[in-house]
Amino acid sequence: MLKKILILVAVLPVLVLFAYALTLDQRSIPSPLVGRQAGDFTLSLFDGGRFTLAEQRGKVVVINVWSSWCIPACYNEAPALEAVWQRYRGQDVAVVGVNYQDREAAAREFLARFRYTFPNGPDVGSKVSIEYGVRGVPETFFIDRDGRIAYRHVGEISLPILVQQIEQLLHESGGTS
Amino acid sequence: MRQHRRSWLAVLGLTGLVMVCFVPLALGATASDLEARVRDIAAQLRCPVCQGLSVADSPSELANEMRTLIREQLQQGKTSAEVLDYFAQRYGEWILLAPPKHGFNLVIWVLPFVLLPIGAATVYWGARRWVRSSAATESPSRRLDSPYAERLQRELDSYR
Repeated sequence: MLKKILILVAVLPVLVLFAYALTLDQRSIPSPLVGRQAGDFTLSLFDGGRFTLAEQRGKVVVINVWSSWCIPACYNEAPALEAVWQRYRGQDVAVVGVNYQDREAAAREFLARFRYTFPNGPDVGSKVSIEYGVRGVPETFFIDRDGRIAYRHVGEISLPILVQQIEQLLHESGGTS
Repeated sequence: MRQHRRSWLAVLGLTGLVMVCFVPLALGATASDLEARVRDIAAQLRCPVCQGLSVADSPSELANEMRTLIREQLQQGKTSAEVLDYFAQRYGEWILLAPPKHGFNLVIWVLPFVLLPIGAATVYWGARRWVRSSAATESPSRRLDSPYAERLQRELDSYR
Protein backbone atom coordinates (compact mmCIF):
# COMPACT_ATOMS: atom_id res chain seq x y z
CA MET A 1 0.00 0.00 0.00
CA LEU A 2 2.78 2.37 1.05
CA LYS A 3 4.64 1.53 -2.15
CA LYS A 4 1.61 2.47 -4.28
CA ILE A 5 1.22 5.77 -2.44
CA LEU A 6 4.91 6.54 -2.96
CA ILE A 7 4.66 5.82 -6.70
CA LEU A 8 1.57 8.04 -6.90
CA VAL A 9 3.34 10.85 -5.00
CA ALA A 10 6.31 10.61 -7.39
CA VAL A 11 4.36 10.36 -10.64
CA LEU A 12 1.46 12.73 -9.99
CA PRO A 13 3.44 16.02 -9.86
CA VAL A 14 5.18 15.12 -13.15
CA LEU A 15 1.83 14.39 -14.84
CA VAL A 16 0.32 17.60 -13.46
CA LEU A 17 3.34 19.56 -14.74
CA PHE A 18 3.02 18.02 -18.22
CA ALA A 19 -0.72 18.70 -18.30
CA TYR A 20 -0.13 22.31 -17.24
CA ALA A 21 2.53 22.80 -19.91
CA LEU A 22 0.17 21.46 -22.59
CA THR A 23 -2.51 24.00 -21.65
CA LEU A 24 -0.07 26.92 -21.84
CA ASP A 25 -0.36 29.21 -24.83
CA GLN A 26 3.20 30.28 -25.59
CA ARG A 27 1.93 33.64 -26.85
CA SER A 28 0.42 34.45 -23.47
CA ILE A 29 3.77 34.18 -21.67
CA PRO A 30 4.41 37.68 -20.24
CA SER A 31 6.76 39.91 -22.18
CA PRO A 32 9.87 41.09 -20.31
CA LEU A 33 9.58 44.35 -22.27
CA VAL A 34 6.57 45.69 -20.35
CA GLY A 35 7.77 48.54 -18.12
CA ARG A 36 10.94 49.02 -20.16
CA GLN A 37 11.86 51.71 -22.65
CA ALA A 38 10.40 50.92 -26.08
CA GLY A 39 12.96 50.24 -28.79
CA ASP A 40 13.07 52.99 -31.39
CA PHE A 41 12.27 52.19 -35.01
CA THR A 42 11.50 53.92 -38.26
CA LEU A 43 8.93 52.53 -40.67
CA SER A 44 8.76 53.44 -44.34
CA LEU A 45 5.02 53.76 -44.77
CA PHE A 46 2.82 52.41 -47.55
CA ASP A 47 1.76 55.98 -48.37
CA GLY A 48 5.37 56.99 -48.90
CA GLY A 49 5.88 58.76 -45.57
CA ARG A 50 7.96 57.73 -42.58
CA PHE A 51 7.09 57.01 -38.96
CA THR A 52 9.75 57.25 -36.26
CA LEU A 53 8.82 56.24 -32.74
CA ALA A 54 11.34 58.59 -31.11
CA GLU A 55 9.52 61.55 -32.70
CA GLN A 56 6.31 60.61 -30.85
CA ARG A 57 7.77 61.27 -27.40
CA GLY A 58 5.13 62.98 -25.24
CA LYS A 59 2.33 61.08 -26.96
CA VAL A 60 0.64 57.80 -26.10
CA VAL A 61 1.51 55.42 -28.95
CA VAL A 62 -0.46 52.34 -29.99
CA ILE A 63 1.59 49.93 -32.09
CA ASN A 64 -0.48 47.25 -33.80
CA VAL A 65 1.31 44.34 -35.46
CA TRP A 66 -0.88 42.76 -38.14
CA SER A 67 -0.98 40.77 -41.36
CA SER A 68 -3.49 40.37 -44.15
CA TRP A 69 -3.25 36.57 -43.74
CA CYS A 70 -4.15 36.80 -40.04
CA ILE A 71 -7.76 35.66 -40.28
CA PRO A 72 -10.06 36.41 -38.54
CA ALA A 73 -8.34 38.23 -35.63
CA CYS A 74 -6.71 41.05 -37.65
CA TYR A 75 -9.90 41.56 -39.65
CA ASN A 76 -12.08 41.63 -36.54
CA GLU A 77 -9.97 44.22 -34.72
CA ALA A 78 -9.32 46.50 -37.70
CA PRO A 79 -12.49 48.67 -37.35
CA ALA A 80 -11.71 49.26 -33.65
CA LEU A 81 -8.17 50.46 -34.45
CA GLU A 82 -9.40 52.94 -37.06
CA ALA A 83 -12.14 54.06 -34.63
CA VAL A 84 -9.67 54.88 -31.81
CA TRP A 85 -7.43 56.69 -34.26
CA GLN A 86 -10.37 58.85 -35.38
CA ARG A 87 -11.38 59.46 -31.77
CA TYR A 88 -7.96 60.33 -30.32
CA ARG A 89 -5.91 61.66 -33.23
CA GLY A 90 -6.01 65.23 -31.91
CA GLN A 91 -5.25 64.26 -28.30
CA ASP A 92 -1.57 63.31 -28.08
CA VAL A 93 -2.23 59.79 -29.30
CA ALA A 94 -0.48 58.11 -32.22
CA VAL A 95 -1.54 54.81 -33.77
CA VAL A 96 0.78 52.94 -36.09
CA GLY A 97 0.35 49.66 -37.91
CA VAL A 98 3.32 47.36 -38.38
CA ASN A 99 2.66 44.95 -41.24
CA TYR A 100 4.28 41.62 -40.41
CA GLN A 101 5.53 39.16 -43.05
CA ASP A 102 3.06 40.00 -45.75
CA ARG A 103 2.84 40.56 -49.49
CA GLU A 104 2.60 44.23 -50.35
CA ALA A 105 -0.45 43.86 -52.63
CA ALA A 106 -2.37 41.90 -49.99
CA ALA A 107 -1.41 44.42 -47.29
CA ARG A 108 -2.56 47.36 -49.43
CA GLU A 109 -5.83 45.57 -50.14
CA PHE A 110 -6.34 45.14 -46.39
CA LEU A 111 -5.66 48.85 -45.78
CA ALA A 112 -8.13 49.83 -48.49
CA ARG A 113 -10.77 47.42 -47.24
CA PHE A 114 -10.77 48.91 -43.73
CA ARG A 115 -10.10 52.48 -44.93
CA TYR A 116 -7.15 52.84 -42.59
CA THR A 117 -6.04 56.45 -42.24
CA PHE A 118 -3.40 55.97 -39.55
CA PRO A 119 0.23 55.30 -40.57
CA ASN A 120 1.04 51.76 -41.66
CA GLY A 121 4.25 50.29 -42.99
CA PRO A 122 5.84 46.93 -43.76
CA ASP A 123 8.19 45.47 -41.15
CA VAL A 124 11.16 44.84 -43.43
CA GLY A 125 13.28 41.97 -42.13
CA SER A 126 10.86 41.62 -39.16
CA LYS A 127 13.19 44.04 -37.35
CA VAL A 128 10.39 45.74 -35.37
CA SER A 129 8.68 42.44 -34.57
CA ILE A 130 11.90 40.95 -33.21
CA GLU A 131 12.69 44.17 -31.30
CA TYR A 132 9.28 43.87 -29.60
CA GLY A 133 9.45 40.10 -29.09
CA VAL A 134 6.37 39.46 -31.22
CA ARG A 135 5.35 35.79 -31.21
CA GLY A 136 2.47 36.01 -33.65
CA VAL A 137 -0.17 38.34 -35.02
CA PRO A 138 -2.01 40.33 -33.99
CA GLU A 139 -0.20 41.90 -31.07
CA THR A 140 -0.72 45.45 -29.81
CA PHE A 141 1.68 47.50 -27.70
CA PHE A 142 0.85 50.64 -25.74
CA ILE A 143 3.68 53.11 -25.21
CA ASP A 144 3.34 55.82 -22.57
CA ARG A 145 4.34 59.47 -22.99
CA ASP A 146 7.80 58.70 -21.58
CA GLY A 147 8.44 56.06 -24.23
CA ARG A 148 7.96 53.03 -21.97
CA ILE A 149 6.01 49.92 -23.00
CA ALA A 150 3.02 50.05 -20.65
CA TYR A 151 0.97 47.12 -21.89
CA ARG A 152 1.10 44.33 -24.45
CA HIS A 153 -2.07 42.76 -25.77
CA VAL A 154 -1.83 39.37 -27.44
CA GLY A 155 -4.47 38.43 -30.00
CA GLU A 156 -7.50 40.29 -31.23
CA ILE A 157 -8.03 43.59 -29.43
CA SER A 158 -11.43 45.13 -28.80
CA LEU A 159 -12.52 48.77 -28.77
CA PRO A 160 -13.16 48.81 -24.98
CA ILE A 161 -9.62 47.57 -24.25
CA LEU A 162 -8.10 50.10 -26.66
CA VAL A 163 -10.07 52.95 -25.10
CA GLN A 164 -9.36 51.82 -21.54
CA GLN A 165 -5.60 51.57 -22.12
CA ILE A 166 -5.37 54.87 -23.97
CA GLU A 167 -7.45 56.71 -21.35
CA GLN A 168 -5.39 55.22 -18.55
CA LEU A 169 -2.11 56.27 -20.16
CA LEU A 170 -3.37 59.74 -21.02
CA HIS A 171 -4.47 60.30 -17.42
CA GLU A 172 -1.46 58.60 -15.79
CA SER A 173 0.84 60.84 -17.74
CA GLY A 174 -1.21 63.91 -16.80
CA GLY A 175 -2.23 64.63 -20.36
CA THR A 176 -5.49 65.94 -21.70
CA SER A 177 -8.22 63.56 -22.66
CA MET B 1 71.70 45.87 -60.14
CA ARG B 2 69.61 43.95 -62.69
CA GLN B 3 70.10 40.79 -60.61
CA HIS B 4 68.86 42.61 -57.50
CA ARG B 5 65.80 43.91 -59.33
CA ARG B 6 65.01 40.46 -60.68
CA SER B 7 65.09 38.88 -57.22
CA TRP B 8 62.73 41.58 -55.90
CA LEU B 9 60.35 40.90 -58.75
CA ALA B 10 60.50 37.19 -57.91
CA VAL B 11 59.69 37.91 -54.27
CA LEU B 12 56.78 40.16 -55.28
CA GLY B 13 55.49 37.56 -57.74
CA LEU B 14 55.70 34.82 -55.11
CA THR B 15 53.88 36.99 -52.54
CA GLY B 16 51.14 37.72 -55.09
CA LEU B 17 50.81 34.02 -55.87
CA VAL B 18 50.52 33.14 -52.17
CA MET B 19 47.87 35.83 -51.70
CA VAL B 20 45.88 34.68 -54.73
CA CYS B 21 45.96 31.08 -53.47
CA PHE B 22 45.46 31.49 -49.73
CA VAL B 23 43.39 34.65 -49.20
CA PRO B 24 40.20 33.12 -50.67
CA LEU B 25 40.82 30.02 -48.56
CA ALA B 26 41.22 32.15 -45.44
CA LEU B 27 38.10 34.17 -46.29
CA GLY B 28 36.20 30.94 -46.95
CA ALA B 29 37.29 29.57 -43.59
CA THR B 30 36.17 32.79 -41.86
CA ALA B 31 32.80 32.66 -43.59
CA SER B 32 32.21 29.03 -42.71
CA ASP B 33 33.34 29.74 -39.14
CA LEU B 34 30.79 32.57 -38.97
CA GLU B 35 28.04 30.29 -40.31
CA ALA B 36 28.96 27.65 -37.73
CA ARG B 37 28.62 30.25 -34.96
CA VAL B 38 25.30 31.46 -36.38
CA ARG B 39 24.03 27.89 -36.44
CA ASP B 40 25.31 27.22 -32.92
CA ILE B 41 23.48 30.26 -31.51
CA ALA B 42 20.34 29.60 -33.59
CA ALA B 43 20.24 26.05 -32.23
CA GLN B 44 20.00 27.47 -28.71
CA LEU B 45 17.00 29.67 -29.54
CA ARG B 46 13.35 28.63 -29.70
CA CYS B 47 11.54 29.62 -32.89
CA PRO B 48 8.79 31.96 -31.59
CA VAL B 49 6.25 31.03 -34.26
CA CYS B 50 6.85 27.25 -34.34
CA GLN B 51 6.01 24.28 -32.16
CA GLY B 52 9.12 22.75 -30.63
CA LEU B 53 11.62 23.87 -33.27
CA SER B 54 14.83 25.80 -32.83
CA VAL B 55 15.66 28.87 -34.91
CA ALA B 56 18.35 26.75 -36.61
CA ASP B 57 15.90 24.03 -37.68
CA SER B 58 12.86 26.14 -38.53
CA PRO B 59 12.10 26.91 -42.18
CA SER B 60 9.87 29.86 -41.15
CA GLU B 61 10.49 33.37 -42.45
CA LEU B 62 10.88 34.76 -38.92
CA ALA B 63 13.53 32.16 -38.05
CA ASN B 64 15.37 33.06 -41.26
CA GLU B 65 15.31 36.73 -40.28
CA MET B 66 16.47 35.88 -36.77
CA ARG B 67 19.44 34.00 -38.26
CA THR B 68 20.24 37.08 -40.37
CA LEU B 69 20.11 39.23 -37.24
CA ILE B 70 22.41 36.80 -35.39
CA ARG B 71 24.88 36.97 -38.32
CA GLU B 72 24.78 40.78 -38.33
CA GLN B 73 25.37 40.97 -34.60
CA LEU B 74 28.32 38.55 -34.77
CA GLN B 75 29.81 40.60 -37.62
CA GLN B 76 29.48 43.66 -35.38
CA GLY B 77 31.71 41.86 -32.89
CA LYS B 78 29.14 40.71 -30.34
CA THR B 79 29.88 37.52 -28.41
CA SER B 80 27.53 34.51 -28.50
CA ALA B 81 26.41 35.30 -24.94
CA GLU B 82 25.57 38.87 -25.94
CA VAL B 83 23.52 37.69 -28.93
CA LEU B 84 21.60 35.18 -26.79
CA ASP B 85 21.02 37.91 -24.21
CA TYR B 86 19.68 40.24 -26.95
CA PHE B 87 16.90 37.74 -27.72
CA ALA B 88 16.26 36.85 -24.05
CA GLN B 89 15.81 40.58 -23.30
CA ARG B 90 13.05 40.77 -25.88
CA TYR B 91 11.32 37.40 -25.65
CA GLY B 92 12.21 36.42 -22.10
CA GLU B 93 14.15 33.33 -21.01
CA TRP B 94 11.42 31.33 -22.74
CA ILE B 95 13.32 31.88 -26.00
CA LEU B 96 16.34 29.94 -24.69
CA LEU B 97 15.96 26.22 -25.32
CA ALA B 98 18.29 25.42 -22.41
CA PRO B 99 17.21 27.30 -19.27
CA PRO B 100 20.00 29.45 -17.77
CA LYS B 101 21.80 27.92 -14.79
CA HIS B 102 20.59 30.22 -12.03
CA GLY B 103 17.76 30.51 -9.52
CA PHE B 104 14.93 28.00 -9.71
CA ASN B 105 16.23 26.78 -13.09
CA LEU B 106 19.07 25.04 -11.22
CA VAL B 107 16.53 22.40 -10.12
CA ILE B 108 16.18 21.30 -13.76
CA TRP B 109 19.94 20.96 -14.12
CA VAL B 110 20.58 19.26 -10.75
CA LEU B 111 17.51 17.00 -10.50
CA PRO B 112 18.60 14.44 -13.16
CA PHE B 113 21.90 13.90 -11.33
CA VAL B 114 20.01 13.36 -8.07
CA LEU B 115 17.29 11.16 -9.54
CA LEU B 116 19.57 9.02 -11.72
CA PRO B 117 21.40 7.25 -8.84
CA ILE B 118 18.10 6.87 -6.96
CA GLY B 119 16.50 5.31 -10.04
CA ALA B 120 19.50 3.05 -10.65
CA ALA B 121 19.47 1.92 -7.01
CA THR B 122 15.71 1.24 -7.16
CA VAL B 123 16.11 -0.85 -10.32
CA TYR B 124 19.07 -2.73 -8.81
CA TRP B 125 17.29 -3.58 -5.53
CA GLY B 126 14.04 -4.38 -7.33
CA ALA B 127 15.81 -6.73 -9.75
CA ARG B 128 17.73 -8.36 -6.91
CA ARG B 129 14.55 -8.97 -4.94
CA TRP B 130 12.79 -10.36 -7.98
CA VAL B 131 15.65 -12.77 -8.78
CA ARG B 132 15.75 -13.96 -5.17
CA SER B 133 12.01 -14.51 -4.91
CA SER B 134 11.86 -16.39 -8.23
CA ALA B 135 14.80 -18.55 -7.11
CA ALA B 136 12.92 -19.36 -3.92
CA THR B 137 9.79 -20.23 -5.89
CA GLU B 138 11.66 -22.63 -8.16
CA SER B 139 13.33 -24.39 -5.24
CA PRO B 140 13.02 -28.25 -5.43
CA SER B 141 11.87 -28.33 -1.83
CA ARG B 142 8.65 -26.62 -2.89
CA ARG B 143 5.54 -28.53 -1.88
CA LEU B 144 3.56 -29.83 -4.85
CA ASP B 145 -0.07 -29.32 -4.05
CA SER B 146 -1.90 -29.84 -7.32
CA PRO B 147 -2.48 -33.21 -9.01
CA TYR B 148 -1.00 -31.89 -12.25
CA ALA B 149 2.12 -30.73 -10.50
CA GLU B 150 2.50 -34.10 -8.78
CA ARG B 151 2.12 -35.89 -12.11
CA LEU B 152 4.64 -33.57 -13.72
CA GLN B 153 7.07 -34.21 -10.89
CA ARG B 154 6.58 -38.01 -11.27
CA GLU B 155 7.21 -37.87 -14.99
CA LEU B 156 10.26 -35.72 -14.54
CA ASP B 157 11.55 -38.17 -11.94
CA SER B 158 11.07 -41.05 -14.38
CA TYR B 159 13.58 -39.43 -16.76
CA ARG B 160 16.29 -39.16 -14.14
